[in-house]
Amino acid sequence: MISNAFSYHTPETLEEALAMLEDGGGKILAGGMSLIPLMKLRLASPESVVDLRRIPGLKAITEEGGAVRIGAMATHHEIEISPVIRGKCPLLGEAASAIGDIQVRNMGTIGGSVAHADPAADYPAALVALEARIRLRSANGERTVEASEFFVDAFTTAMEAGEIVVAIEVKEEEASEGFKYEKVAHPASGFPVVGVAVRVKKSGAGIAMARIGVTGMGPHAFRARNAEALLEGGAGAAAAAAVVGEGEETNSDLYASGEYRRHLARVHAGRAIAAALTRAL
Amino acid sequence: MTHSQNAELERQAAESSVAGPDNRLRITLMVNGDRREVEIEPRVSLLDALRERLHLTGTKKGCDQGACGACTVLVNGERILSCLALAIQYTGQEITTVEGLALDGSLSPLQQAFITHDGFQCGYCTSGQLCSAVGMMREFDDGVPSAVTADVASGTIDFSDTEIKERMSGNLCRCGAYVGICDAIREAHSEVHSEVHHAGESR
Ligand SMILES: Cc1cc2nc3c(=O)[nH]c(=O)nc-3n(C[C@H](O)[C@H](O)[C@H](O)COP(=O)(O)OP(=O)(O)OC[C@H]3O[C@@H](n4cnc5c(N)ncnc54)[C@H](O)[C@@H]3O)c2cc1C
Ligand code: FES
Ligand code: FES
Repeated sequence: MISNAFSYHTPETLEEALAMLEDGGGKILAGGMSLIPLMKLRLASPESVVDLRRIPGLKAITEEGGAVRIGAMATHHEIEISPVIRGKCPLLGEAASAIGDIQVRNMGTIGGSVAHADPAADYPAALVALEARIRLRSANGERTVEASEFFVDAFTTAMEAGEIVVAIEVKEEEASEGFKYEKVAHPASGFPVVGVAVRVKKSGAGIAMARIGVTGMGPHAFRARNAEALLEGGAGAAAAAAVVGEGEETNSDLYASGEYRRHLARVHAGRAIAAALTRAL
Repeated sequence: MTHSQNAELERQAAESSVAGPDNRLRITLMVNGDRREVEIEPRVSLLDALRERLHLTGTKKGCDQGACGACTVLVNGERILSCLALAIQYTGQEITTVEGLALDGSLSPLQQAFITHDGFQCGYCTSGQLCSAVGMMREFDDGVPSAVTADVASGTIDFSDTEIKERMSGNLCRCGAYVGICDAIREAHSEVHSEVHHAGESR
């Protein structure tokens, strides 16, 4: 399997990269874990490939003023072992650890994963539960998009042509919060059939805050707001988990039907809520 | 590598940024400590460059899609999938393949342990398993946690089978030699460690 021919570019600045993408014939190369397989199968045949790895600063993971900023070129492995992530947004680290295997995590990047928007990617569940913001850069400047509005459909995002993901911004999880990412891995591909990310904050015997993100069940990751509201309103975990995915579109394939995926989302939401509650202070 | 060699490779890497589609480029790869020149197009994977241009056929092509780990090599000590890497991206970086694992012409303790413990049957996955295990032992010794590490804060990680299996999960073996592979890695790790221990004691 050999891809079509392309020209290869390694810009040293974002401005250079944006200029190289201007004519529309180019594709960004990050970790290559999704793009190179597509190019080998000739499902993608860009005229030029713009490799972001030489642009300084795009890998940095930093915290400032209660928010964590993760550079688009940070690899899954850098995220899973980052002390900043472990300390300030451990839910994201847990999702990163669940991706593929170490070889894939050494090469693949968070920017590539969100831009690719595989309906079964792990990060999106955590990102919508964390109310993350995707920071985009184009020739017209920068803008941010809420994660829950960013993932529009399978392999489709709110990005416009010529935009580059430069960073993901996440508000710190509070130390008293409990969190859990639960994944049902496909036995062959390792991708989630369904993945559920949960954050909860306790208040006395009740739950003051709940966030539930679901990936793999439908064409894009979503927040199970109905279940969140039930938890915050004092309903039990079982009652809340039972409404996850209600009214949402489902994906179906040879391995798992839409109904089965919805069922998995509910069972694993229940488990993730229970696990998150045991971690909450 | 000397400083001037580094500078030369950097210069070549910078030049590679202007490669056109039919423009064959001469690049230098540092493979197992040797400088190897190779003429390639940008679309040539690191795996194909190693096997078909440099004739280092120890590294194997299983799926060519990132799923099996047969093509695992080390780049600056980190394991990557050479089938999903473009050779042009690795100008100037230290690449280690299975051909570079022996020490002074004799098998490394890890390679020897794979033989002792029947860590293979057909052997097709073995070069990837070996490179992956080398990378894994280094990560382990650097205290890098994995998804199954229970107590990250304590800083010490138990070299358990659960850890070995999680950390080697990117390398499939269709012959199912997993039990032997785990035994070999466990033995090689403890051997290296008792040697380190020994060296410390005799001082
Ligand atoms: C064997 C295998 C198993 C995997 N298992 C999982 C899994 O279990 N869970 C999971 O979530 N993922 C999995 N993946 C996918 C992996 O996480 C990829 O790393 C990820 O989907 C893409 O990231 P990348 O950096 O490799 O991007 P690339 O492949 O380089 O790029 C992907 C796409 O995004 C675009 N792009 C990249 N970076 C940017 C940017 N900064 N701005 C705008 N566009 C950009 C590219 O142009 C391309 O269209 C697996 C991959 C493999 C090969
Ligand atoms: S050949 Fe590279 S992972 Fe299978
Ligand atoms: S020994 Fe045959 S595939 Fe592993």
